[in-house]
Parts: sequence; structure tokens; C-alpha cells
Amino acid sequence: MTYVDDFPGEARVVRTAFAIAFASIGLGGALGVLQALFRTGYSRSLFSSVDYYSILTAHGVLMALVFTTFFIVGLFTWGVTRSLDTGFRDLRFTWGWLGLMTLGTVLAFVTILGGIVGFIPTHAAVLYTFYAPLEASPTFYLGLALLVVGSWGAGVDYVLALLDWRAEHPDERIPLQTFMAVATMLLWVVCTLGVAVEVVVFLLPWSLGLIPRVDPLLTRTLFWYFGHAVVYFWLLPAYFVWYTIFPKLSGGRLFSDPLARVVFVLFLVLSTPVGVHHQYGDPGLSQGLKFVQMTSTYFILLPSLLTAFTVVASMEHGARQRGGKGLLKWLRALPWENPSFSGIALAGLAFAASGFGGMVNAGLNVNALVHNTMWVPGHFHLTVGTAVALTFMAITYWLLPQLTGKRLRLRTLAAVQPYLWFVGMVFMSNAMHRVGLAGVPRRTSEPQYEQVLFNTPIATMGELHLQTVGGAFILFASLLCFLAVVLSTWLGERGAEPLAVNGHIPEALSGPEHSPRILDDFRVWVALTFLLLLIAYGPPLAAMVQNGLFAPGSAPIPV
Amino acid sequence: MEIHRLEKIWIAVSLLFIVGLIASIVYGVAGVGVGTVGDTGQQLDPSALDDTEFADPGGHWASEDHYVVHVVARQFLFQPGTQEPITVPANTTVTFYVTSPDVVHGFDVVGTQLNTMVIPGQVTEFTTEFDEPKTYGIVCHEYCGAGHQSMAGQLVVVPADAMSQNATASADAANASAVNASTQASIATPEVPA
Repeated sequence: MTYVDDFPGEARVVRTAFAIAFASIGLGGALGVLQALFRTGYSRSLFSSVDYYSILTAHGVLMALVFTTFFIVGLFTWGVTRSLDTGFRDLRFTWGWLGLMTLGTVLAFVTILGGIVGFIPTHAAVLYTFYAPLEASPTFYLGLALLVVGSWGAGVDYVLALLDWRAEHPDERIPLQTFMAVATMLLWVVCTLGVAVEVVVFLLPWSLGLIPRVDPLLTRTLFWYFGHAVVYFWLLPAYFVWYTIFPKLSGGRLFSDPLARVVFVLFLVLSTPVGVHHQYGDPGLSQGLKFVQMTSTYFILLPSLLTAFTVVASMEHGARQRGGKGLLKWLRALPWENPSFSGIALAGLAFAASGFGGMVNAGLNVNALVHNTMWVPGHFHLTVGTAVALTFMAITYWLLPQLTGKRLRLRTLAAVQPYLWFVGMVFMSNAMHRVGLAGVPRRTSEPQYEQVLFNTPIATMGELHLQTVGGAFILFASLLCFLAVVLSTWLGERGAEPLAVNGHIPEALSGPEHSPRILDDFRVWVALTFLLLLIAYGPPLAAMVQNGLFAPGSAPIPV
Repeated sequence: MEIHRLEKIWIAVSLLFIVGLIASIVYGVAGVGVGTVGDTGQQLDPSALDDTEFADPGGHWASEDHYVVHVVARQFLFQPGTQEPITVPANTTVTFYVTSPDVVHGFDVVGTQLNTMVIPGQVTEFTTEFDEPKTYGIVCHEYCGAGHQSMAGQLVVVPADAMSQNATASADAANASAVNASTQASIATPEVPA
């Protein structure tokens, strides 16, 4: 029996969420190619540099918010119902939150589109990092708010399913996948509180003209309260895949269930009090506060380092189960032709590389070398753009047959796709990191100035631009392969061929019974999270609102 | 809770690594003196910069070994910086004060550690010293609107004695010897245009 037979209603929810996610990544990827062409100067005739910022906004929102959020709620819907072996309480509620998310996405996207096409009287060229006093049309903020609030509904569904399961299994440990999904959604709710306050209390009334001014530093700080923790909301579902499915794909099973729980609890507790590391260059925030948040930023390396151990150990364990031998020769015994396996392995490799870049970004003073340069997009195209996105694509190859009851088609294309993505990203991200080190700013349509010369050691700027554009085209080709496989499978005939996918996930080598029970008590961890938040964000926020909520204030400046 | 021996070793090494990273930054800040901007406590009304020392941005000597520069970053130029370069003396303590009357901007002196944000209502303050005469580019690296890609400027470092001569030449010759006291005062009471 596959998932679609056990939970046909939930499978439809997951398929719908995935369909919207894939439409977003397809469109967002195409816009990414346009940006690469424009920025590097290969083509500046297609649109104006003003439109560039609308396109950049659409790319950021579609890729970082829409693709990720829809895929994640779909993935967790599968994971929670599968691991608890129970459906959701009321699918009308489920369709309600999915509908709300979709409505929000359409609103935000149409608002952004208004900046490019004349007949829609809206604008939202405020980028994914929508700092006041740059102002978008109210529908942009409203759309983002609905997307976020809708996604909270997913969290409610997971918790309700867990409570239903708990009533029947009072003494059992929470299944690992559900544990991970709930921890991640708790993290998501905690971190989106910041952006919700920013949007609902400040930006929305301000863009509607209900309040004349907002404090730019305060809204910016609320944005970054959310803006780094959101990264872990993207990353943890990838970890969910790496911990619970990847060991099986490697041919073995998970090393340690208890440590996986510890990792997720550490993320829940430590994720939010790190946002100020995006504000090292900001005036109005003390060096002491920056130092405190730098410390938690570095300590959040720990769960990622633990994950690195588990992933590599699982791979090696799997390889040895398959007959792999030797110190490193076991690597050859792994199923590199299976796109679900190779995609995740390559995603992990990209994440290891970008982790080192992240350590640079997190350094209180080293950060000044790369702050707001192209280095940063280089970094997050490896983390979110590869570690997360490639994992999501890879696991789609494994999930889709279970969700549709149809066998994966165009398998050669699927086998090539992760490698293409990896190669494309190596070129593009390498070039981005290096022009960033030369001082080229990010978020700029035309990084050429009469007054400024950028020194690029080793390569010329021309070569790096070629790498950027070349990489972008390879990435887009990879994206087309992915979409072709998905579409072809989706449109295929059900039951024509045997599925060839086994959805069973083996038990961990060291099971949940080896972990202390307190790990499963989320109330403790949420309380600890809020305590740390109070320490990390209480004093600066209190200082900022001391002179009034809206002072020093700025009036909106439409773009 | 059971933790595998290899995992224990890995956790220990990871923690050492993290503590080492933090220690290296502490050494950079406390030992070498490479910090970042902090909270100067200075706030102002971005719509009323004319009532502040930013009314007439530019550089002046605060004392004989301390040069002070006020810069306004606005859509889409630096004042000074874009239309005329910011000129500062070499081998001298230079303090920058930067603010914005409109949106969030960036102030990045390309190829150096001088890389900060400029936020309406806040004053970005940083102090530095340039070793030798050189010309640097400045870019706004925070998206600030439709003309963002054109927002750039220059910072010119000249020998300190050349700066002193300029300052003396433009000032009243009789007051030249008392330049310290008078420029100190001029920070407190900036010229406010009528």
C-alpha cells in the first residue's frame, strides 16, 4: 500500500501544495536568469533597471517564501500523517489554510507584477527584504501576511494530529518525523511573530495612510528577528529528509534517533536570538547586543555540525551494508544514479561549503568585508538555493510516486538533474562569492560605477560575469529537467507500471527509547525559547520604543 | 541517553571549534581593535536635518590630530562624496558621522573594513585612520529605490599637511593658530542656514 491509498485526502493536499511550489520555482528560476543577464550586462534591452527591482522582488518572494513554504507544509503533511498513521481531523480546515496561503501568494505576486505592467495600479519593488521607509502597495503586505497566517494553520493541523495520536498512545514516544515537523512549525510561529508585528502593526497601517510614520530601525529589527530564523524554517525540513529518509536511500538506517531530537530542540531554542548578525553594520544597536547574538549564532553551528556527522555516518553505514569497503572506497558502493540519493548527497556537500561562508558572515567584524556584497547572495544560493532546494527536488522523485500512485518517468533526465544543478551552482555561486570579495554590492541592477574600481584577484570581472550567466543557464536547464520529470510523471497513467518505490522507513540503530522523555515535552522548549528571546531582543526593543513607537519616524516613500 | 563514542568526540571537537571562532573574534575586537559600529545614542528627525550639524555636511578639523566628517546619504547621492569627493587626511584619526533623510542606505568604502548601514533617524558613527594617500570608491550597497545603481562616490585620502593648509587657507588667517578651539565649538553650534 502506498501513501495515496492510505490517505487519499491528505495526498491531494500534499499534491496541491507541491504543484504551487513547483510553479513558483519554475517562474522564479526564469526570473533569476533574466536578472543574471541584466546584472552582468549581457542583456540590458529586455527591461529597464527600474523593472529589475520588481523582478528581483518577485524572484526573492517566489523562491524564498512561496516555493519553500508550500513545499514544506506539503512535506510535513505527508510526514506527520505517515509517521502517526492518522489523518487530519477535518480536511475542510486543511483546505482552508492552504487556500489562505494561495490567496496571499496571488495577492503579493499580482502586486509585484503591477510594478512591471502598466494596467495594474500597484507596486512592490521593495525586495524580499522590505525595509521601511521604502513602501509597497498595501496588498503586498496583506498578501505576505495571509501566506504566513495560512501556514500557521498547517502547524495547527500537525499539533491536532499529534494530540489525537497521543490520546491513543499515551506512553509512546512521538514518532521522529512528527517530532521534527512540530518542532519546525513551533520555530516558524515564534520567528514569524516578528514579521507579523512588523507588517500588521506598522507597515500595513502605514501603507494605508492610517499612521503617518514608522521607525525604520525598529521595523528593520523586527524584520531580522524573523529574517534569519526563517532560514532554519527552510533548512529543518531538509534535515528532516536527511535524517529520516536519506539513511534508507543510502542503503542503511539512521544512526541515532535521540541525537536527531536534540538537534531539532537546539534549533528551536537557538534559531531566533541570532537575527542581529544581519545588523552588525547598523547604527542604534550596541556592540554588546551584537556580541551576544554573535555567540548564539556560532552556537547554532553545533546542531549543523552534529547533522554533518549523522549524514556522513548514515552514508557510510548504508554503503557498508551494500558491500562497500575501505577507508573511502565505500563511496563507490552508493547509489549515485538514484536522483533522490545523489541530490541529497550533493546538497549536503554544498551545505558544508556554505557553512564556512556562514562562519565568515557571522563574525562581528569579519562580516564588514562581505556585508551587503555579492558574497551574500553567493552564500544563500548555496544554502537555501542548493542545500534546501536540491533536497526538496531530490525527495520529490521519491515522494511523487507515493503521492500519485504513478511510476516516476523520464528517469534518465531525473538522474542527470541534481548533477546539473550542482555544477550550475558551483559556477554561479563561486563567481558571486568572488565579485563580493572585490566589493561589488548586492541588490543592484548595474554594478558599474564611474567612481569605483573593483579589484578582482586572479580572474577578471568579465570571466566572473560569464561564470554567473553560464551558471544561471545551467541551473535553469536543470530546473526544466526537474519540471519535465514531475509533469510527465503526474500526467502518466496510474497503475500502468509497478511503482518501484518502497515507502517503508526503517527504525534507527539507536531508537527513541534511548532519549530522555523531557525531549518530547515541547512546553519546556518553547518556554526556554521565549526566555532566550527576552534576553536577546528585550533590551534593544525596549530601548527603541522608549521614545515612542513611531519615533524617530519616517514617512512612506513609494517605489 | 546513549551517545556513541565517536559522536562524543565529534561534539567535543565541534564545541572547541565554536569557542575558538568566538575567541578569534574577541581577539580581533579587543586585541587588534577591529570593531563595528555601535549605538552612539544619537537620534534625529530625518525630515529636519537642517536643524542639525548635517545641515552643512563636509569635513573639518575637530582638533589638530582629529578630523571629523559629516555625510548625508540620500536618494541617490552622498553629500559630500558624489558631486565632490570626501577628502580626509592620512595618518590622522578621522571620525565619520553619516545619516539619511529618506530611506535606508549603505556606506561601503570599497576594499576596506568601512562598511556600514545608514538608517533614517539614526547617526552612524565610526572612527578610523588611513595609512597613506589613496583614492577609494564608495558605494551604496543597500537597495534604496529606482536610482540605487547610480549611487556612488569617492573618498580621497591626502597627506595631513596638505589638509591643514587647505583648512588654514579657507579659515581666517588671524584665527589659524586657534583652530582647535574654534572648530571644537563649531561642532556644538553648527551654522544653520536661515
